[in-house]
Amino acid sequence: MLKSWKSIEPYLLVTPQTLVFLLFLVFPIATIFIVSFWEFNGYSMTPGFTLENYRNIFTSQVSLATYLNTFKFVGLVWFFTLVIGFPVAYFLAFYIDSLRWQIILFLVCTIPFWTSNIIRMISWIPFLGREGLLNKLLIGIGLTEQPIDIFLFSDFAVVLAMVHLYTLFMIVPLFNSLMRIDRNLIAAAEDAGASGFQVFKEVILPLSLPGIAIGSIFVVTLTMGEFVTVRLMSGGQAASVGYLIRNQIGSLQYPLAAANAVILLIVTLAIIFAILRTIDIRKEL
Amino acid sequence: MANLTRRQLLRTGLAAGAMVTATQCARGTPNNPASGPTVNTNQTKDVTLRFIGTGVSQINEIRQKAEEDLGFKLEMRALSTEENNQIAITQPGQYDVFDGEYFSLPLVVPSGNLQPIDVSRITAFDQIVPIFTTGQLYDGAKVNSSQGTAPHRVMFLTDQESTEFAPEPTNWATLIPFQYNADTLGYRPDLVGREITSWGELFNEEFRGKTSILDIPSIGIMDAAMVVEALGLMTFGDKGNMTREELDQITQILIEQKRAGQFRAFWKTFDESVNLMSSGEVVLQSMWSPAVTAVKAQGIECVYAPLQEGYRAWGGGIGLSRNLSGIELDAAYEYINWMLDGWVGAFLGRQGYYSAVPENAKKFMSQPEWDFWYEGKAAAEDMIDPFGTKLESAGAVRDGGSFNDRMGNVVVWNSTMDEQTYLVQKWNEFVAA
Repeated sequence: MLKSWKSIEPYLLVTPQTLVFLLFLVFPIATIFIVSFWEFNGYSMTPGFTLENYRNIFTSQVSLATYLNTFKFVGLVWFFTLVIGFPVAYFLAFYIDSLRWQIILFLVCTIPFWTSNIIRMISWIPFLGREGLLNKLLIGIGLTEQPIDIFLFSDFAVVLAMVHLYTLFMIVPLFNSLMRIDRNLIAAAEDAGASGFQVFKEVILPLSLPGIAIGSIFVVTLTMGEFVTVRLMSGGQAASVGYLIRNQIGSLQYPLAAANAVILLIVTLAIIFAILRTIDIRKEL
Repeated sequence: MANLTRRQLLRTGLAAGAMVTATQCARGTPNNPASGPTVNTNQTKDVTLRFIGTGVSQINEIRQKAEEDLGFKLEMRALSTEENNQIAITQPGQYDVFDGEYFSLPLVVPSGNLQPIDVSRITAFDQIVPIFTTGQLYDGAKVNSSQGTAPHRVMFLTDQESTEFAPEPTNWATLIPFQYNADTLGYRPDLVGREITSWGELFNEEFRGKTSILDIPSIGIMDAAMVVEALGLMTFGDKGNMTREELDQITQILIEQKRAGQFRAFWKTFDESVNLMSSGEVVLQSMWSPAVTAVKAQGIECVYAPLQEGYRAWGGGIGLSRNLSGIELDAAYEYINWMLDGWVGAFLGRQGYYSAVPENAKKFMSQPEWDFWYEGKAAAEDMIDPFGTKLESAGAVRDGGSFNDRMGNVVVWNSTMDEQTYLVQKWNEFVAA
């Protein structure tokens, strides 16, 4: 009796989680997958099997351009979050000695996250606008005569806002992996005559790779699906796959949107797979 | 959503409580034997009608006044134009009353989610402005031959069970109108520096990087059509029902303009258009009338330009969900009759919208208000909107003039075309370009 209980116990324990996953992850994705083969007219969809939606996407210049644009955003946002996030995490991990201050400064990094990301995004608009603070400042100190238009409603604004929104997602895993580096390794490298740069290149960077990988996964997945930031900061002028899907849903073209969502999911999973193949994050977990 | 569930919980709780009490009473106590069943003569009191609509008319003041006058409850949900259509078509269980635009009907009606409205139950139906019924306003008015999804084309169904539009008035209506307007370009006279008299100005290089167009395909495409036609870049067989070739061509022109940096941004919601204009990001753009008044209310000059080519118009009305029956249906008809009775018309009129039955709205407006908003006369006193903000000082004249001048010069309506799917596809190309 006791023995059989022992054997089913793990299954029972995992049941709630499995049900939640099936119901809220697997089932919706399966539905999207099925709907992506349905037919639709201007206002309704009918169950069926057509490859028309996929054919439409793969033959359209727009979807190609949109994916390229999305990759551009992903690449830029990933680069800048890493370039900004790494020094911050490095500083926290190596230059702050007391744990208390590390925690306090870490919390300081999260302060922007105490408000909703929409508000954080919208607050850029009066700052960057044609009659915004930044342009007024530049005109005031005589750096420019005409307000600079590309600050707002441009790709620049989109990338800026997304870097602002997502840098913390890079800092957290990086900080975590930097904290786990055995300080004796650094001392040993120094004793062996390594310069500061060599210590960084040979010891710290390789050991922080899992953190970079996890941070990159966060940033890439968040940016791949973005549509609110793209829409607001570009003034509706830039395209991303998420925004394309949103537009199609808005026009009731659900099967087309579903097909796009399936492709987006596959592409994003492929990128994550590539990251995981390059860097072994298991050390981190 | 949380609000809704709490309310439902409360309602269920109250209902359960009431049931317990009722059964106790029915059983009677020894000293107080149960009496016979009582009849509630005013049953609609317990009705709650759930509305969906755009922010333009889902207004708390209207809800409160209606509840006060009619005695039953209304629940309003303000949505974007797109969400409103989506819910109307895909979630029929979520609403009792659909407050939508006529151009949505070619999409919503085939879903069968609306029940035709019995015209004979609408007391003021005969007084409704003929734009909605016959399509004729007065002899020689441009609106008589306007293109696009004009309300009268989708106003009537062939019979009670039908989802087919009738070309002539019948007893079965799709929506009962209550607000509509003539839209045009809005501009900042202080930043533009001269008068704007043609749609073509939207593509004028003078305003490069300072214009905007609205990003709702069925509306934006009509504005674009007005612009390219005014500039002589294209001619259309029927702007309200473009062919694939015409859509290809107009999208190509739009993309060229976008690549040249003509547009500062695209807007999707009312608030966005107000912010773009008041912040000076944009000096000339397609706009909705109350958005212009909202800019003015901030003390910023803004003109709603009457243009030589005419206006693009829209019309909104109330439709009934297929699910409504019995006393709830009666309540919905009571609401429609109340809506046409004038108070709503006057309320919306003070923001610049027109009422479907102007003569009723007049009863609830002061003479100076009527003269300003409908007659195009100089304001005899300051014009105050329903929320207490001053819109115009005494002496001002409404842009575009009187009702007949404005609605009479409508040349196109917001449109759902036969090639709607293709339109959306081309529009997405434009946005993505």
